[in-house]
Amino acid sequence: MAVRINTAECTGCGLCVDSCPFPGAVEIVADKAVLTDQCTGCGACEAACPVSAIEVERKSEKEPADTSSGIWVYAEVQRGKLATVALELLGKGRELADELGQGLAAVLIGSEVAGLADALFEHGADVVYLAEGEVFSQYRTEPYAQVMADLVKQENPSIVLIGATPNGRDLGPRVAARLETGLTADCTGLAIDAESGLLQQTRPAFGGNIMATIICPNRRPQMATVRPHVMPCPVAQPGRRGELVRVDHDVREADVQTKVRELAGQVRQFVDLEGAEVIVAGGRGLGKPEGFEILAELARELGGVVGASRATVDAEWIGKEHQVGQTGKTVAPKLYIACGISGAIQHLAGMSNSDVIVAINKDPEAPIFKVATYGIVGNVHEVVPQLLAQLRRRRGAAN
Amino acid sequence: MRFIVCIKQVPDTTEVKIDPETNTLKREGVPSIINPFDKNALEAALQLKEQLGGNVVVISMGPPQAEEALREALAMGADEAVLLSDRAFGGADTLATSYTLAEAIKQQGEYDLVLFGLQAIDGDTGQVGPEVAEHLGIPQVTYVRALDIVDGVVRMERDDGVDCMVVEAAMPLAVTVTADINDPRLSSLRGKMRAKKADIPVLTAGDLGVDPGRIGLQGSPTQVVRVFTPPIGKGGEILSGSVEEAVSALLDRLHEKNIV
Repeated sequence: MAVRINTAECTGCGLCVDSCPFPGAVEIVADKAVLTDQCTGCGACEAACPVSAIEVERKSEKEPADTSSGIWVYAEVQRGKLATVALELLGKGRELADELGQGLAAVLIGSEVAGLADALFEHGADVVYLAEGEVFSQYRTEPYAQVMADLVKQENPSIVLIGATPNGRDLGPRVAARLETGLTADCTGLAIDAESGLLQQTRPAFGGNIMATIICPNRRPQMATVRPHVMPCPVAQPGRRGELVRVDHDVREADVQTKVRELAGQVRQFVDLEGAEVIVAGGRGLGKPEGFEILAELARELGGVVGASRATVDAEWIGKEHQVGQTGKTVAPKLYIACGISGAIQHLAGMSNSDVIVAINKDPEAPIFKVATYGIVGNVHEVVPQLLAQLRRRRGAAN
Repeated sequence: MRFIVCIKQVPDTTEVKIDPETNTLKREGVPSIINPFDKNALEAALQLKEQLGGNVVVISMGPPQAEEALREALAMGADEAVLLSDRAFGGADTLATSYTLAEAIKQQGEYDLVLFGLQAIDGDTGQVGPEVAEHLGIPQVTYVRALDIVDGVVRMERDDGVDCMVVEAAMPLAVTVTADINDPRLSSLRGKMRAKKADIPVLTAGDLGVDPGRIGLQGSPTQVVRVFTPPIGKGGEILSGSVEEAVSALLDRLHEKNIV
């Protein structure tokens, strides 16, 4: 999109400056709005202008007849099991497919993974494309991208959804570039536009400070990677069946340039933030690295794990594997207790989907209170020990 | 050996604050920086060069002021810098950006390793590295947290979030690196002096000879249709009273909800 400002109409009111998500992209110079090189053409200012002096030129390419059909989900396998995000995508994919009156297919690639197809049917897939072979035993870009891209070219689906896991974010762009189509990263919302039938892909950008809705009008498939733990996991329908299609492929090990030499295993201690039902997370308000000790105790008491803000990870108070937020993990536990976390937007992006959020912070203005279910304004060094003590007392009384 | 590092100049998103009154971004004084992950990629290239010899070329696509980021990269120790800047590149999504970068890399002649940061902190897509690799027709390894070149083979540790594995590949190769790989160096005074005087060629669409239909807005299959500030909740119940009372009230509520 290109943005044009009609200087004759512009009153220099500055509302466009306020609406602009990119610092310095539009400025008021001599009472007129002026675009700078920072302008990305996002068009956010258009609606904000009270005198309609801003015009956003949208592309009007002639659309070729769209013959694509079907919603596809990449069924990622992790350590021989289906990644949770694959099931979440089947749930969302089912909704989209029903809305469009199209089918839902899963693409399952791996070595000896045929047994996983049943779960894909039970979670909503009508068709499972199965590509098996020793060459797929460990994820590598080349063989997976080749199978996926060839299959898309052959079957012409309308939409392809991939979990935004490290492997999904490796595969997605490689396939999208080969197909010369668009790919929207790390989506947190997917919907069908009733009028055009296009997939509306919503994602956080600019460090989670803004949300953008993106479409891919003229190329197919419309591709998106989707953040894990954002879409709900559908309930399995035992006995639900579908069509299993075995995919012929000619990927040979000799043609693959990258070799997995060894599994180095867990180099770091594994923290299952994404699977945890309870997370007790700490921020800079803890004051020092030792502040995490009592959080670990509380987490143990609640059967949960310890999370951390980016600031504490950057300060090396705690390992990166604990980090929640835009550059860490996205989590949605039943209970998230934020201790001494102010709630930078990057952090909120990673945890605001939690069922119940408890915020403990001494600053009543801290943004974390805006997403909290319950808040306690107070010193974290007093509140957390009190919480632990009362919890133990109640549990002692109950037993 | 020839190392190519693609870098992006980004606004420092960690410096962006939300105005609690209006729920909009406070944008004054947000500095422009080299994308932090790209500094890790540059540091990795500089270390390889020190170990094996060769030279490091940094390439950036962006507005004219992205030259500052390239000068900083030169000050850190890069040998050459190239800026791709043209109004026609504006509005590019990752597909158009990666095509443009790939065309510029092809123009550089022989190369061994192309390095990228995992993702840029403004867009957070992580797509440009793999898409450039595809346009160049070379293999890729992403999420690299350790990297070494022994007897012409690149040996890497790749972290896929579940497992960490050792991967080997021949060159030419494209890699994206995580922040774990190293601690980027600061620029030396001598480096800064050299960077100040360095000549940074600016290449336009015409210089690159790119297909006008594949760059910028025109070459971007995706379109942003709406941008909005994420809805922030109004906040829930603040439990008041003494610490003891507040905690007790909290546990009552969590108990009611069957959470503890």
